[in-house]
This record gives sequence, structure tokens and C-alpha cells, in this order.
Amino acid sequence: MAEKSIADELADKHKSISIAEFFEKNRHLLGFDSKIKAMLTCVKEAVDNSLDACEEYATELRKKKKDFELPDILVRIDQESEEVYKIIVEDNGPGIIPKIIPQVFAKLLYGSKFHRLKQGRGQQGIGISASILYGQLTTGKAARIISKVDGKPAHIVELMIDIKKNDASITRDEEYAKFSREHGTRVEIILEGTYRASGDKSIYEYLLRTSIVNPHAKIVFIDPKGERITFKRAVESLPQATKEIKPHPWGLELGVLIRMLKETKKNTVLSFLTDEFSKMGATTAKSILDNSKVNHKRKPDSVTVEESTDILKHMQKADLQRPPTDCLSPVGRGAIEKSLRTEYNPEFIAATTRPPNVYRGYPFQVEAALAYGGNIPETSAKIMRIANKVPLLYESGACAITIGVNETDWKRYGVPKASGTTTPQAPMIILVHICSVWVPFTSESKAAIANYPVIIKEIKLALQECARQLKVFLHKKMKAKREAQRVSTFVKYGTVMAKALSDLTSKDKKEIEDLINTVIEKKFSVNVDEQKKEIEKREKQLEEEEEKETKTILKEAEGEEK
Amino acid sequence: MKEKDQQKVRLQLTKELNEKLIEIGKNVINQLKVYENPNVNIPLRSLSNVYFDEKDRLLRMGNKATERTYFNLSQSKSFMQTMLVASKLREVIKDGSHVGLRQLFYMCKQGIPGTKENTFDDQGESDIIIEDIEGVLRVLREQIGIVATSKGKLSGDITLVDSGDEIDCGKLGSSGYGIPSIVEKGVVDFSKTKSEFILVVEKEQTWIRLNQDKFWKKKNCLLMTGGGQPDRGTRRLLHRLHTELDLPVYVFTDMDIWGYYIYSVYKQGSINLAHFSENAAVPDAKFIGVKMSDVERFKIPKNHWIPMKKVDFKRVKEIAAYDWFKEDKAWQKEFKKISDFKHVVEQDVLVAKGLDFMSKEYLPFKFDTKDWIE
Repeated sequence: MAEKSIADELADKHKSISIAEFFEKNRHLLGFDSKIKAMLTCVKEAVDNSLDACEEYATELRKKKKDFELPDILVRIDQESEEVYKIIVEDNGPGIIPKIIPQVFAKLLYGSKFHRLKQGRGQQGIGISASILYGQLTTGKAARIISKVDGKPAHIVELMIDIKKNDASITRDEEYAKFSREHGTRVEIILEGTYRASGDKSIYEYLLRTSIVNPHAKIVFIDPKGERITFKRAVESLPQATKEIKPHPWGLELGVLIRMLKETKKNTVLSFLTDEFSKMGATTAKSILDNSKVNHKRKPDSVTVEESTDILKHMQKADLQRPPTDCLSPVGRGAIEKSLRTEYNPEFIAATTRPPNVYRGYPFQVEAALAYGGNIPETSAKIMRIANKVPLLYESGACAITIGVNETDWKRYGVPKASGTTTPQAPMIILVHICSVWVPFTSESKAAIANYPVIIKEIKLALQECARQLKVFLHKKMKAKREAQRVSTFVKYGTVMAKALSDLTSKDKKEIEDLINTVIEKKFSVNVDEQKKEIEKREKQLEEEEEKETKTILKEAEGEEK
Repeated sequence: MKEKDQQKVRLQLTKELNEKLIEIGKNVINQLKVYENPNVNIPLRSLSNVYFDEKDRLLRMGNKATERTYFNLSQSKSFMQTMLVASKLREVIKDGSHVGLRQLFYMCKQGIPGTKENTFDDQGESDIIIEDIEGVLRVLREQIGIVATSKGKLSGDITLVDSGDEIDCGKLGSSGYGIPSIVEKGVVDFSKTKSEFILVVEKEQTWIRLNQDKFWKKKNCLLMTGGGQPDRGTRRLLHRLHTELDLPVYVFTDMDIWGYYIYSVYKQGSINLAHFSENAAVPDAKFIGVKMSDVERFKIPKNHWIPMKKVDFKRVKEIAAYDWFKEDKAWQKEFKKISDFKHVVEQDVLVAKGLDFMSKEYLPFKFDTKDWIE
């Protein structure tokens, strides 16, 4: 009896922990642990939702052979007071019917994503309501949602979250005439925050990276100073749609299998195996059960842990097809290259999309891109970590992508590393995108990807593929540079030589100089005129500089004398 | 030599050198005209290109040369420098004046258009190029009129004509005749002397002491010094006095390996200036001291010995292996002795035995007993 009462007590305690308390205790897990990060998280959740909604809508319309629009997103941040900002995110998605707006925005853990295996941006549906809750807790202001479904009037809803009931408390709910789009949703959240205009963890950087891996989206950003930045579309086509899938036996974990056995609605283990996993045929399922000495007709929830262990062992040995990959939606080599080119106009670019692989039964796919030179700053390489088309900005040290980058032998590909660091030193962007039906994040804040060896291996293979091409490019560039250096050496000394030879032989200086340059042109198949012009230009500059310098030195000396 | 003859000699040399320099420039232009990579052969000035001429008993430069080309990233600049120095040398020759190494450096130092680079950054660079050109032309820079800082001294019963002025080297007080950098015929001339030999001492301090004692008068000799490692003017004048007046030469240095090498330079020439030996070496020069045997004979006290350093031992081995010392039994003995003795003795210690010990006892004994190494 005593035992039971303790269990009851615990259960009561769990119930009594309010959502607000849960949020307070777990802010860091949800990405609200600092004022800077809170603003970014809020923008991120809203933009992720918008992109998902726009894509799903466009895909549906396309399926029905109707006209559709590509994502067109507006992000605006207004400063209300010193540490209070209003974040506005607006999209051209399907819009939400007024009835379910409160559920979508005010219920934590609401949404269809949690129980399905499908590549999407958000995974738990906790994000946007957590942002609204954060705004409400820090400023006491209600969130405002304006949404319009095509052909219907727009609706405005102002709501707060009733934390006891985990439900919405609505303060305004009416038709709204001023929404300018045909369809779409606008979210406004007022919260306490700190705004950073630039840097690796800024909203600007997040939107820039988002636009790079979502080249089909147009994103307009209006910052607190009212400055308007447009991240243009680099491609005009909709990415391939993703499908829901069942887990694949490879890499499945025992715990997951046991849970699935308990929860399944199938009546026999055999039908459980054939129906709940992908690429599993009846013959394979039968042989797995035979090898594990488990009767085909057993009820799934009667399978013991020992038997599960055996089943798992034989599942992983089974000769199966690779998991289906139509559930994955990589950005695509061409699209990544295009968007990086649009943004940085680099001298070199290489991108690759690896074939899908599996971790713990979940298919995943790695894409990588290297861009070099152009408008990329000459500091150490910038690493862009992306998961399911969402940029990751925090916890880079713990992330499988960072590990993959650092374990790549960049020197071997002609990219230097600064002493004492593992990051390559070059005007370079290293982009790694991992897409999966279930990205293994290290924590709920979804900031870093867990270090599964197979994931790191795929990252390294993708980077190596790009780096090999980079090596060829760097080699050629170096050679061209050396050649140019050679030619310019011969041209610059040529002018002094011509004068000396003219003094020696009493022949015309100009003729000798022309002769030297003709030989250079013939020997190295180049045109010397440009080099000569460059030299003349430089000489003029230098003369002016020197004159100035001499004057200042003399003036200073005069001053000292006095 | 009469002034008219002096001029004639000078003019002839000038004409030849001028032609040789023009030739260098013309060659480069001709190579360019047929799209060849312009090149000039620079004789190598290292031990590997120096050999000991056993017949004449002096160092000579071999035939090894390095090719310096223009269209070669690592040589392009030095090729340009070579042409530049050559053109400036032509200017110096045409004018017939004497120009210092440092001054020539400034004549050649200029900016390279369109860059912050200079043709030359320090004098060391231009000095090397001048030596290169000496090798190419097979002339001495003294003949071109390039002078270096000189430090040699001469006193004794001889009258020189230096740039038209008569100088009696017996009447120059305590400083003596400062040997100029250029002592070529036509610049410095002499006809005869009553002196019987030449004593060359390593150090200027020793020379001052002996000059004060008028040693040259007592022994009827010429007294010279190059002040340590001798400059080219000193060596050239010694060579001329020795060959033209037929005077035997005795060299007096410290008893250490560096002193031995100075003697060797006077006698058969230096490695770096092997092309100069023929005009500067005195293969018959004798080494009068300080010898190992002097330490005992003159009872040089132990506290005047200086322990040899590691580098000294190494250098002894090196020098003992030189072709011109290798077969010389007397010298091999001396090298062995000093290596065993493990100490060096400077010529200056003799003064501690009495201010005039060197001129009254040491040197007279050496000459009287013919205690020298041939």
C-alpha cells in the first residue's frame, strides 16, 4: 500500500507542475536562455513554420495541377523600447482557419509532427507557442495572429496562453480588412530581447543562411533601423515533396523496438514486422522470426526483452534494400551552388549530395558545399551548419558537423590551418546540410547534431568530395599566380635593364625595352600591355605617396629644430 | 715612369675594358633578338673552383661558372643588377676617376618603377656583383677604378710617385705611407730602393712599435702591414715591390691559425679572390714567426698563452688539408705542434719582455739564424 501511495503522490506532483514552471525550468532547452538567443529563437520558430506551411501548400496545389506561389516571407523587427521588441513574421502560406488558430499557437506540444517520420523543419511543435509564452512572460503582452485563407476574409486573433489549462485565452477575435495578401499568416510577438545586427549568431546571419539552403524562398528582412534587406530567390522551382516513412531495420535501437512492440495495433509479430518497417517483406520477416525462434503468430506485446534482442540482431543482419529516399528532400547540388553564387559570387564552388544512409533505422542524407574567394571575407573559413534546411547557430562545438569539418585533413587539399586551431584559414564557406526524417539533435533546443559515427563519416565523405575539386582549383590558381608573378617580375626589372643596356651599348632605350617585352610576350604567351599599365599606375601613386611622405618628414624635422 | 707613359698605360686599359663591357650588353641584346634567354657566365668564387697551381705556387680560379639568366625567377634580379653595375662601371671608366665601393652602391641604388623595391638594398649586394663582373671581365676592380677602404702601411727607404706626387717613405714620421686601394702602375710608381728585403707584420700595433724603433733603418728593409687580414691594395703593392724590385718577403704574424692563414693569403692568395692571386701573391714569402720553437727559446711565460677554442682546432684541421699546405712537411709539423700545445701566442707578448725586444733581440735573432719557414 505504501508503495502505491508514493506512486500516487508522484503522479499528483507531475500534474501540479505548471507549464509555466516547466518552461521556466527548461528555458535553455527551448532556446530562451539569453535575451539575444530568445529573439533569434522566436524568429527561427516563426520562419521555420512559415516555410513548412508555404511548401506544403504549394505542393498540394501542384498535386492538384493548380497555380501555386513559392514562399515569400517578410521578417520585421521593431524596437518598442530599450529591451522590448516586436517581431513580425508574415508568409504567403495557406492561412489558418480562425477556429484552430488558438490550438496552433497557444497549445504547447500541439501539432501533427511529433508522431510521424517525415522530414520537416520543426519536430515537436513546441516552438511557436513557446515563443508566444516567452513574450507573454517577459512583457505581459498578447500575441497577434492575422491569417487569411484564399477566397475568405482575413481574421485577426489576439491571444495569451492560459498556462494552467495549456490553452488559449483570447482577447480579440474578429475579421480584419487590412491584410494585404491573398492568403497567408502574420504573427506578431512582443518580447524582451537584445538585438545584434551582425555576427555568427545574429538574426541577419540566420536569415542569410536560411535563404542559402532555401533558394526557392524570397525573404525580406526589415531591421529595427528600418533598413530593408532582400534575400532573393536563386531558383524558381519548388523542392521535391517529402513523404512519411516507416523506420528501417538497420540501426534500429533495442529500446525503440521494445516500445514499438508495446504500442503496435498489429495482432501478430509477423504482421508487425512486415507492416511497421520499411523494405521488410514477408519472407525476410519470417526468416528473422525463425532465426530468433519466435512464433509468427505471437502477440507483439508478449515478446520478451530477450526475444526482442534476438529479433533485433537478426533484423540488422537481414539482407534488405536501402531505406526509401523519397522521404528526404535535399536542397540539391545545383540549387546550393546557385544560391551561394548569388550571395558571394565566389571564384570557386563545389557542392555534392551524398546517397542516403541510415542511422538507428532513420534514413538521412548529407549535402556539402565549398565556396572559395569572391566576396567571402579573408578570415578563417565560415562553417554553415544546416539541419533539414534550418541553419544551426549555437553549440557548434558539440555538433557532428563541426567534428566532421575539423577531422577533415584540409592541408591535404591545399587549405592552410591557422596554428593552434582546427579551422581552415581561407576565404571559404563550408556548408553542410543534413536532412533526415528525424534529425538526432543533442538537445531540445535543436542546436547541434549528435555524433553518430555514420553521420560523421558521411559528412567527411561529402567534404572530401568537394575538397578534391577545391584542390584542383587551388593548384591551378597558384600556378596562374606564379606565372603572373614571373611575368610581372620580368617586366618590372625589364625597365631598369633596358636603361642599363642602353647605357652599355649606346642603343635606344625604348627599342631595348620593347625588345624585352616582345620576348616576354612570346615566351610566356601573355600580353604585357596590361602589366605595363598597372606598373605606370602604381608608379604614379607611389610618387605621390613619396612626395607626401618626404614633405611630412621634412616638416617634422623643421618643427623639431624650432 | 714618365707621366706621358702613365697616361698611355691608362688609356690602353680603359679602351680594353670599355670594349669588354659593351660586349656584355651587346651579347644580351643579341640573345634577346633571337628569343633566347639572356645569360652571362659568372665564374664561381668558392673553394670548389679554386685550385693550387703547383708550378707557380699560387691559388688560381678554375673554369667552373654558373649561368645567370634573366628569365628565371630566382636570378632575374641579380641579372638586372649585373647589367646595371656593368653600365655604371662603364661610366666610371670613361671618366677615369676613382670611385668607392659605397659610392658605386649609391650610383646603382634606385627604385624599380611601379614597386617599392630597390635595385639594391645594401652595399653587400653591389660588392658581390662587382666581384662577379671582375670574374667575367678577368680584370681587377682596381683596374676599373673602384676603391675600397684601405688600411695598409709602409715605411722604409723608398721613394714612390703617387698620382704625380713624390713620397719618401723614410720621412713620414710615425704614421708611414698609407697604402691606397689602387696601386696600379700609373697610379703608384717606383724605380729603385736600397732596401734588401720586406718585412710584413700582421698587426698595425706591431708595425707602429717597429716603425718607432726605426727597425727598417737598422735592418735596411721595408716595413709593411695590412692591419690583420690584408686588403687588396696592400697585397698588390707587396707583390709589385717583390717582383719589380726583386725583394725577398718575410711575414711576421701571431702564432695562431688565423695568423697562419694571413701568411697564406700573402703567399699564395685567398680563396675568395683567387682570380687576384696572380697579381697579388708572393709565393716565395717566408714565415718568420711567431713559431712554436720561439715559445721555449724566448721563454714566453705560461700566463701569456691563450687556450685554443673549439673553432681554432677545427680551422687547423681545415687549413692543414688545403692543397698548398698538405704536402708541406714543415707546416704539417707546425700544425701538429700547435694542436698538441693547445694554446696560441700573439706577437704582442714579445713587447712585455722589453719595449724594443722585438727589434733588438727577437727579429735580429730570427734573421741571423735564418729561423723561418720557407
